[in-house]
Amino acid sequence: MLIPTVLMVSFAIFFLVKLVPGDIVDALQTTIADVAIDKEALRLEFGLNSPLIVQYGRWLGVAPQPDGGFSGIFQGNLGVSWFSKVPVLELVAMKWPVTLELGLMGLIIGQLIALPIGIYSGLRQDTWGDYLGRTFAILCISVPGFWIGTMVIVFPSIWWGYMPSIMLIPFTEDPIGNLRMFIMPAVVLGMALGGGTMRMTRTMMLEVLRQDYIRTAWAKGLRERVVILRHAVKNALIPVVTMIGLQVPIIVGGTVIIEQIFCLPGMGRLLLTAMFNRDEALISGIIFIFAFILVLTNLVVDLIYAYLDPRIHYK
Amino acid sequence: MADSSSSRVAKAKRHSRLVGFLIRLVREKPLGTVGGIITLLLLLTGIFADFLAPYGMNESHGVENFLVPPSARFWLGTDNVGRDILSRVIFGARISVIVGLAAATIATILSTVIGVVSAYIGGKLDLIVQRFVDAWMCIPGLIFMLVLIAIIGAGIWQVIIALGIQWGITGSRVVRSAAISIKENVYVEAARAIGCPTTRILTRHIVPNIMAPIITLFTLRVPAMIITEASLSYLGFGIPPPAPSWGGMLSGSGRDYMFRAPWMALWPGLTLSMVVYGINIFGDAVRDLLDPRLRGGVGRYGVRAKKEAKK
Repeated sequence: MLIPTVLMVSFAIFFLVKLVPGDIVDALQTTIADVAIDKEALRLEFGLNSPLIVQYGRWLGVAPQPDGGFSGIFQGNLGVSWFSKVPVLELVAMKWPVTLELGLMGLIIGQLIALPIGIYSGLRQDTWGDYLGRTFAILCISVPGFWIGTMVIVFPSIWWGYMPSIMLIPFTEDPIGNLRMFIMPAVVLGMALGGGTMRMTRTMMLEVLRQDYIRTAWAKGLRERVVILRHAVKNALIPVVTMIGLQVPIIVGGTVIIEQIFCLPGMGRLLLTAMFNRDEALISGIIFIFAFILVLTNLVVDLIYAYLDPRIHYK
Repeated sequence: MADSSSSRVAKAKRHSRLVGFLIRLVREKPLGTVGGIITLLLLLTGIFADFLAPYGMNESHGVENFLVPPSARFWLGTDNVGRDILSRVIFGARISVIVGLAAATIATILSTVIGVVSAYIGGKLDLIVQRFVDAWMCIPGLIFMLVLIAIIGAGIWQVIIALGIQWGITGSRVVRSAAISIKENVYVEAARAIGCPTTRILTRHIVPNIMAPIITLFTLRVPAMIITEASLSYLGFGIPPPAPSWGGMLSGSGRDYMFRAPWMALWPGLTLSMVVYGINIFGDAVRDLLDPRLRGGVGRYGVRAKKEAKK
């Protein structure tokens, strides 16, 4: 199932990016206006004169490159950035740790906010705590990350003169400084993720608490802690795991926006720069990597699901 | 004659159902009612923006009025070229209403067509369509829309189309699963047995019976559309300036001047958050009221059957 999906995704990405009017040669023309460029020679260099299907084959690694060799996705190569002439994977290698750290921290913070509130809301349905929790959950979904991010930068600096660092602090050099730098963006990202999980957790808790086996557990005289944690929460969280898997696209979209606000040099910013430069190789490369991660996450979520829920078996 | 009277009865019934729905909304969902009022306010602001806004949306008030903080003359301040922020926020409501409604309509229709056809015909077609949707869901939505808008150019209709396609395809899953459960009903089989064409079965027997999830899908899509449009405009791939999109007001100059004039970024975002919040809680209330699984006791059919029996 994995390979056909990846193939289909690669096909979609390639032709989507190809459809963008104007190519790199035109973009170069507008950036360096006074230098005469031999357009045809450049197009030849980038292989833009070949038919689209050949270009796609080259990108995949099933058709020979102009120099006769095969290098494409099947060979683990995403081509060379047209703008900077650096291999796409090398460019991405410099940027992915930032995006990964932001995404993971956002995911963890989101669940740390969501799960306790969601479980509490489910246990104390229709009390003030539940109303507050639900209101907070919808608020998390409704407030756009780019606005709250901007506000988080602006108001602390006006009131207390607090300025976040502009330079990236590597984790290996200064772990505390690195975490302090990532905490605000991660909270903003986590809020957007947490809202959905919170509501899902609450709904599942409500459903599970009405099941017969919970009544049996109470009737056996188990302590509240055991009934709630061992019987209810454990079963309620199974669909929530899928939900977390489905949030990966939101994380990817969110990192693009949040890296832009907080000036974090990650893959999202790399993508936006590539889009402004019409760097087709880089754009398709980054989107392909994102999509590949998504396909893998879906697989992993399915496997975890089967592990958590003994009723499901994959053959 | 019989036709017109029956259609009149149907109309009266639908009307009373809508009123009944509103009464239930106010009685059972106070928070949802607040959301409904916010939604209504947004609609009215969007429609009557010309009468409500004190100044024109792109009307500059001269150099001496650049970056004026909120005051009696400019309630929410002015921006870096002397435009009144309040007026721009009010006109921004119109853009959000248009984008929200149009994109959600396109998305819902697309979801319904894909979902219902895929579910009803089934077999190979269903398999192929579902694999396609699978692959589609693997491309991050925001990034797909960025690329699509780069292809078709920035602008309000382009944004609506991009949003409609993206959310329409991903939403088809919900419709498909609802349609699959309806498809197995005896009355669909009966319709097929008496030789109903497929289009008639789809439009008269299946779609009316999955109206509840479709309406829910629509109401929950509207805020998502508004917030995504704002995100796209914020990134510079949405509605191009000087159109007063709430997201666009936060990017560009709103960002350049965010320390000198924080009100430029504060108000559009606050309005956006409130509106999306309001529509979301309204949509939640609508879902709770329409979803028969969340309702105790008799479903809609039971209630109607009883009424008819009384007559």
